[in-house]
Amino acid sequence: MSDAAVYNFAYLDEQTKRMIRRALLKAVAIPGYQVPFASREMPMPYGWGTGGVQVTAAVLGADDTLKVIDQGADDTTNAVSIRKFFERTAGVATTTHTSDATVIQTRHRIPETPLREGQILVYQVPIPEPLRFLEPRETETRRQHALEDYGLMHVKLYEDIARHGHIATTYAYPVKVDGRYLMDPSPTPKFDNPKMDMCPALQLFGAGREKRIYALPPYTRVVSLDFEDHPFEPTKFDRGCALCGAEGIYLDEVVTDDCGGRMFVCSDTDFCESRRTPPRAAAPGLNEVPR
Amino acid sequence: MSISAVAPGFTDSVHDAQRVFRAVLGALARPGRIARLDATLVPPPPLHSTAAAILLALADFETTVWLDDGLSDDSEVAEFLRFHTGARLASSWREADFALVTVPERMPALATFAQGTPEYPDRSTTIVIQVEAMTNAGWEFFGPGIPDRVQFSAAPLPLDFQRQLAENRARFPRGVDLIFATAADIAALPRSARIVERA
Repeated sequence: MSDAAVYNFAYLDEQTKRMIRRALLKAVAIPGYQVPFASREMPMPYGWGTGGVQVTAAVLGADDTLKVIDQGADDTTNAVSIRKFFERTAGVATTTHTSDATVIQTRHRIPETPLREGQILVYQVPIPEPLRFLEPRETETRRQHALEDYGLMHVKLYEDIARHGHIATTYAYPVKVDGRYLMDPSPTPKFDNPKMDMCPALQLFGAGREKRIYALPPYTRVVSLDFEDHPFEPTKFDRGCALCGAEGIYLDEVVTDDCGGRMFVCSDTDFCESRRTPPRAAAPGLNEVPR
Repeated sequence: MSISAVAPGFTDSVHDAQRVFRAVLGALARPGRIARLDATLVPPPPLHSTAAAILLALADFETTVWLDDGLSDDSEVAEFLRFHTGARLASSWREADFALVTVPERMPALATFAQGTPEYPDRSTTIVIQVEAMTNAGWEFFGPGIPDRVQFSAAPLPLDFQRQLAENRARFPRGVDLIFATAADIAALPRSARIVERA
């Protein structure tokens, strides 16, 4: 923990933080628009959340409480490494409880516990451009955004229907922000898309390799693209969590043996644990992260 | 002017800058919401500590800052900003990254500041406007960051400011973002805020 003294607060130098902060302010003022920024090399490889880490480092303050999740879990490698990174370089308090956190960095999930005003959700984004797999040229996608020319994405979703009978996109499902910009919600399952709409928390997106930052201010209209005769439908599960019994939440499939045994459990570990250990004060230690 | 005459900047440059940034981020994320910003700065007059703190937190050698007529002759404010931020002072507001307005009644039209391009709307001016008063009454806004509607107005401002705000929104995604600063509070109107037109 005393390593905090040998790094600048939250690792990044102050000039880099100012550059990222200026990009963040533009991103909030133009919801859904991808602001280019001078992404730095971080002490972790691309794909491990370098964009999210830089955004978190730029917003984090000494009195913040940080939570980091990877696919909903607090205890997987990526989440643990990033949480420890900020414990060491910023000395901030960390938590696994969604409701206790002021800043939550996430890889591909939105917590099940509803977010509240004042919280900041930071997404790690691999490919920020929703049109990239349809149009590889950045000059061209820039122009498409400028002209609000999103027909190509509707054609893509239509081809899904022609081929599969329904829209087969299940994650990174494209959304329209405040009626203007087409946005990639990062590879979150489409189950989470409705949580982005009119969310009371501030949502920030960082793509390190692609050097882009974008944002959703609180209470912003976020609409998943669809057709009148093929409306958007979030993923539904025909069962509840095998551990806590919760229904209407996102489930992970866990293989339990080599004879085809499997169980479906909450993807959000904090949500699942808090349901199994009420009241929280009675069972300390369960959610504690070893340091 | 000697260096020793320049007023001190942030006491804790790392954490003060972070705190001020979060206040500005919160203001832009919640248009029209007025929030206290306790800046422990004593900048040269007529600069408010709030406006000074915003520029110290955001400007550096990569940005240009334009000072309005109330300041350009005032070498003390210019020297203060140059010394603490290293920012280049812009000769025209038309291409500045940041603009500092201390006499809002005579400020240039919003449309004449840098608006960004259709491909890069972020290449626009962020205008810090020093006002005497702000209140949650008067104009009504809706849009991103506003749960339902919010009322906001500030004074003094140019007479045709309501029309200018509507036109600024009409240029979206191009346009300018406004940060208002009284002696103690800040509030913001990003270009995304839509003003309710009244007769």
